[in-house]
Amino acid sequence: MSYKIIVLIKQVPDTTAVSSQTMKEDGTLNRGVLPAVFNPEDLNALEMALSIKERYGGSVIAVTMGPPSAADILRDAMYRGADKVFVLTDKRFAASDTLATSRVLSQAVRKIGGFDIIICGRQAIDGNTAQVGPQVAEKLGINQLTYVEEIVDLTDGKISLWRSVEEGKELAVSSIPLLLTVTQTANIPRPPSVKKIMKYKNAEVRNSLSEACGINDLSSRGLLIEQWDAESIGMDPEMCGASGSPTQVKKTEKVVLKGKQFKKIEQTDEGIRELLQELIKDYVFD
Amino acid sequence: MNFFTENEDLKFILETADLSYIIKMYENNFREGDACDYAPNSIEDAIENYNRVLEVAGDISGRIIAPLSESIDTEPNYLQDGRVIYSQPVQKCLKAFCQAELMACTISREYGGLNLPNFIFTMLVEIISQADAGIQNIFGLQGIGTVIETFADHKLKEKYLPLFASGKITGAMALTEDEAGSDLQNIKLRAEENPDGTWRLNGVKRFITNGGADILLVLARSEPEIKDGLGLSLFLCEGGSSVSVRRLEDKLGIHSSPTCELCFNETPAYLIGERQRGLVTYVLALLNGARLATAAQSTGIAQAAFNEALAYAQVRKQFGRRIEAFAPVAEMITKMKVAIEASRALTYETAKVMDMSAATVKRLNSENIESTEKKQLRRNSKRFERLAMLLSSLAKYYCSEMSIRVTRDAMQVLGGSGYMKDYPVEKYYRDARITNIYEGTSQMQILSAFRGILSGTMEKYFHELSCFDFPGQQSALEKKLQRGRKLLSQSVDFLNNRKDSQAVELYSRQVVDMATEILIGYLFLKQSLRSSRKLKIAKMYINDLGPVFKMRASYIKKADTACLKNYALIVNRI
Repeated sequence: MSYKIIVLIKQVPDTTAVSSQTMKEDGTLNRGVLPAVFNPEDLNALEMALSIKERYGGSVIAVTMGPPSAADILRDAMYRGADKVFVLTDKRFAASDTLATSRVLSQAVRKIGGFDIIICGRQAIDGNTAQVGPQVAEKLGINQLTYVEEIVDLTDGKISLWRSVEEGKELAVSSIPLLLTVTQTANIPRPPSVKKIMKYKNAEVRNSLSEACGINDLSSRGLLIEQWDAESIGMDPEMCGASGSPTQVKKTEKVVLKGKQFKKIEQTDEGIRELLQELIKDYVFD
Repeated sequence: MNFFTENEDLKFILETADLSYIIKMYENNFREGDACDYAPNSIEDAIENYNRVLEVAGDISGRIIAPLSESIDTEPNYLQDGRVIYSQPVQKCLKAFCQAELMACTISREYGGLNLPNFIFTMLVEIISQADAGIQNIFGLQGIGTVIETFADHKLKEKYLPLFASGKITGAMALTEDEAGSDLQNIKLRAEENPDGTWRLNGVKRFITNGGADILLVLARSEPEIKDGLGLSLFLCEGGSSVSVRRLEDKLGIHSSPTCELCFNETPAYLIGERQRGLVTYVLALLNGARLATAAQSTGIAQAAFNEALAYAQVRKQFGRRIEAFAPVAEMITKMKVAIEASRALTYETAKVMDMSAATVKRLNSENIESTEKKQLRRNSKRFERLAMLLSSLAKYYCSEMSIRVTRDAMQVLGGSGYMKDYPVEKYYRDARITNIYEGTSQMQILSAFRGILSGTMEKYFHELSCFDFPGQQSALEKKLQRGRKLLSQSVDFLNNRKDSQAVELYSRQVVDMATEILIGYLFLKQSLRSSRKLKIAKMYINDLGPVFKMRASYIKKADTACLKNYALIVNRI
């Protein structure tokens, strides 16, 4: 048995590289100053997909929604072992909230079709909503298991896995097809293959409908990053982008951490006891 | 952490190295582009590939290996039924290399390799050593593949090289025996030929790095009647039931690298290349590479120790001040950094010369070369070969001693904390300690380098380096180096004329040290043309040399052998 696995990935501003220029005066994110990176938990999702492929056979397809430059993370996915990649690019997709995004992604997944497992990172570091994965599963009407830590077994259309829950971990079983979300503790993402980098660094984005020259040549050499717009996935433009997004940002607040908010804790029993008391008081521990 | 992209000096070295001739020769004018989908099609393309390879290695080293380094140190590899089992963390590191397809860096694409020049491979060695020096030993032994490609016959290449490229097998080089360490001519392990032309090996090898490998290259005596190095040939055998690992050595450091005692019992083997050339041709050809790799490994360990020391000195407060504000600490840290950059300059200069040597040979072997060019290429090839031997000895000697000094000083900066297992500095110190012992002790490197200095190879190279058109500030510094060269050649003449072999053996170290210091001075001077920071370093380094040269020259002139004359008396030998 071999499995068709789709991984949904996102290019995000690297919020771990935050500096004083990160926020604009109006409190929105200044994307220009932050490098664009592969969302970290999506790398864990890709790793899980690749290890299922290694263990049971199959293929891994990576899909992202974003501007054409988001193809960078698709190339990265190819370097790590993805067999096929798609970028969903359309101006009308811009400003999609999680609901609109999940509509676009699920349409793309439908078009790809015949999948067994969809894997997503739990959440992206720019929005931290953790909603897109579950919403895609809802739209497709399939099972979902979130916070997956480890695949135990996958046979006869049944998957069993460990998922992380608040008090420990839980062994869950489901039929396929289904959607999984994965956190950073699930695995250590593999490094890219240098040979694949040398090969796929020249992979190019082409719109499949435009019949641009060279598309077949690129495809036969494995260098095609196929680009789909709203029409090519049969997406009603009204249902995506700003018009398809019920979420409105009411207000954002700029929080500046000041030095005085730090407190030095002495490395003594007394100091540690005080720290613990404080953490319990703030409900960090209970 | 990425150990490549975050290492400014290493990036500087790569950016300022002109590798175009080397790349052209390695890539055979980019003819492979159509046949192989990962071959570069231009010099720029090749350089981009090199950068990407280094970034991947930097990522693996910083993100995967370095965090495992502590457990690598404490969870030992172990023996099971005469086979070595790598510990879990070691297995994880090796898996990452396989996934990244980094296990056949220098073999050609024909067999699935990456065809990287020494220069880039050496950078990989340094980066990985910064994460864990012992892991580098297993990684570096992929060089076995290159030996097979260079010297073995077609059948062996076809059989084993693709396996190396896929990362399915690892290799080991089995040279050392109990009575044959520095003195390899004394090897006893027997090789006997079967009627079908294959061979059998019998005997014991000791201190074999990664001795549990799948493929072993074994130096053995094929001609029992010839007692010296000419009686030795090189063999390939598979690790397995006929090669048992009798014992895993319990070592001070580099715990991830299993050091084995191997027992060969009627082990089936194939001859590599020709009989009797095992030591005198093949192993000697490997020596430069092994020395260069150890130099890079030493530099990587020192860099890791330096990073810890600097981070500590910036936060640790005593008497109300950060300790980096105290002069003796600041001096220690500055000197560590300069010594690391000196090592790096020396290491990559050596790598470049070795690549020039290899590139010249490649050009010589290509078709349609006019006889005048051929003559010139032959001359160059000999010159690069001699220079590579000299520089690799200097680099190995200097960098390994530097690594021990820098890791010791790093511990000094951390004080009591550095002595504790809470910080990784004590591990770096233990790991560094092997570098001036294996792959030829410092004493052997001095001997070898001294010959190169006596023969005039060094001075010719200094002359070449000085022919650079140095501007004002650099020119003044260059004059100081010239004075050093004069003192050096006087000292060499003086020792030569003494005809006292013991004095020569005793004072060759001073000569080699002086030559190394002058060479580093020139390399810093060349770097200073591209960076104002490097000019400051060059100034400091060269200005410090004046009194050192004088001291060395007067030691040599005195050539006092009292320690030998009074040896028995002083050491109370009974």
